[in-house]
Amino acid sequence: MADKIKIAQYWGAGCGGCDVALLDIDAKILDVHAIAEVVFWPIGFDGKLHEIEAMPDKSITVSFYNGAIRNSENEHVAKVLREKSVVLIAFGSCACFGGTPGLANVTNREEVFQTVYKDTASTDNPDFVTPKPHLTVPEGEVDLPQFYDSVKTLDEVVDVDYFMPGCPPTVNLIAMAVDAVAKHVTEGADLPPKGAVIASDKTLCDECDRERVEKDRRIEKIYQAYEIKADPKKCLLDQGIICIGPATRAGCGAMCPNANMPCRGCMGPTKAVMDHGGSMLSALSSLLNITDSESKLSEEQIMELMMQVKDPLGTFYAFTLPKSLLKRTVTEKRKRKG
Amino acid sequence: MSSTAPETGGEHKVGEESFEPRIIVFCCNWCSYAGADLAGVSRLQMPPHFRVIRVMCSARVDPEFVLRAFQKGADGVLVAGCHPADCHYIGGNYRTRRRIALLRILLQQFGFDPGRLKLEWISAGEGEKFQKTIVEFTDTVNELGPSPMKGGD
Repeated sequence: MADKIKIAQYWGAGCGGCDVALLDIDAKILDVHAIAEVVFWPIGFDGKLHEIEAMPDKSITVSFYNGAIRNSENEHVAKVLREKSVVLIAFGSCACFGGTPGLANVTNREEVFQTVYKDTASTDNPDFVTPKPHLTVPEGEVDLPQFYDSVKTLDEVVDVDYFMPGCPPTVNLIAMAVDAVAKHVTEGADLPPKGAVIASDKTLCDECDRERVEKDRRIEKIYQAYEIKADPKKCLLDQGIICIGPATRAGCGAMCPNANMPCRGCMGPTKAVMDHGGSMLSALSSLLNITDSESKLSEEQIMELMMQVKDPLGTFYAFTLPKSLLKRTVTEKRKRKG
Repeated sequence: MSSTAPETGGEHKVGEESFEPRIIVFCCNWCSYAGADLAGVSRLQMPPHFRVIRVMCSARVDPEFVLRAFQKGADGVLVAGCHPADCHYIGGNYRTRRRIALLRILLQQFGFDPGRLKLEWISAGEGEKFQKTIVEFTDTVNELGPSPMKGGD
């Protein structure tokens, strides 16, 4: 039998769901086994980073990196895997766009430490001891990864070949990637062009089975998903429930809307969109009903209408804040008088 | 750009570097751009720190444009469109009004002073209102100082 290719899977700032997702492909895992040997997979077995560091460059055929870049260790491993791999895939929403950990970009290291190591009710830390990247103790020197101020995406720190969004990527997408790699290895088929997103190019609405109002779509009031019992057949957005589908890339098979839950946008924006949240903000604002008395509405009344959207940042950028145009929150240096 | 701003009341504190705000103004083709034009041909004096981008309708101003302007370091963004009930496309300005309101909430969450984004209705005959809006908005931005995007993090 020919030599097996080498693959690696690593988790940065992620939850482990992506690692489990890789196993969800069921029997297809045998296809992976047939052609590949897993050389590094911290959640799966006891591989050591120094063994990977000792490998010749480009000796791993494919590396799947899931999780965002939260600290210096995440970045270091990303760089090692980039050096040692022919193909590096950003696996899952966190690696592609920052994902849920990316929402920490509304705060910073200092505030995170303050909350985690001091303010939480169950924390007893009167001296406010926080992790130090470097410490000298009687036994010698100790190093810890440096915790960054901002969460970054994988492609901010290394060159990425393919992006596979999803929280986690769905079985069909993983199978698509495995097939592409297998065909490349066994039959010499071409890989997709560099930078390709392994998903659909359409929006989620295109895959969703729910019935949509085609003409004069208007919503009267915005509801949180728990506030009303949604009609299981009709478009959720038409019912006033914020569904990020219109601004989100398809490929997942619209699993959430089909299970009566609004899309939260884990697949990220489509190719034509620069800013996932901005795109959804635009779509949602245009859907709110406009009546004949519109010209008489005051700016305050309009503000009140739009205040129905609770937490627009958290809603529209639930998975893509580090990949958005502004990337993170900022602080005004001066306060306006009055 | 000219270095003097005759009409602004924005005072610079001693020892602070002089601040020339960069302001992006989106004007709709049918009302506000004509209003800006009128202000120009009427030789109304305005601080020279704004750049006008003409769009067909204020509703063409995708929230992405505004976010992009701030990302690129704009200190303020002004969106100007036709008065309510006057939109060339009947209801474009109503969409704009909703988007800008929500965008201001969003910008505040991002840490910006919402005063950096302004929406104003300026008709083709309101050259003076255009001038007044620019003067006032430049003052506001001067007071706020440079965008927090600059040199941040």
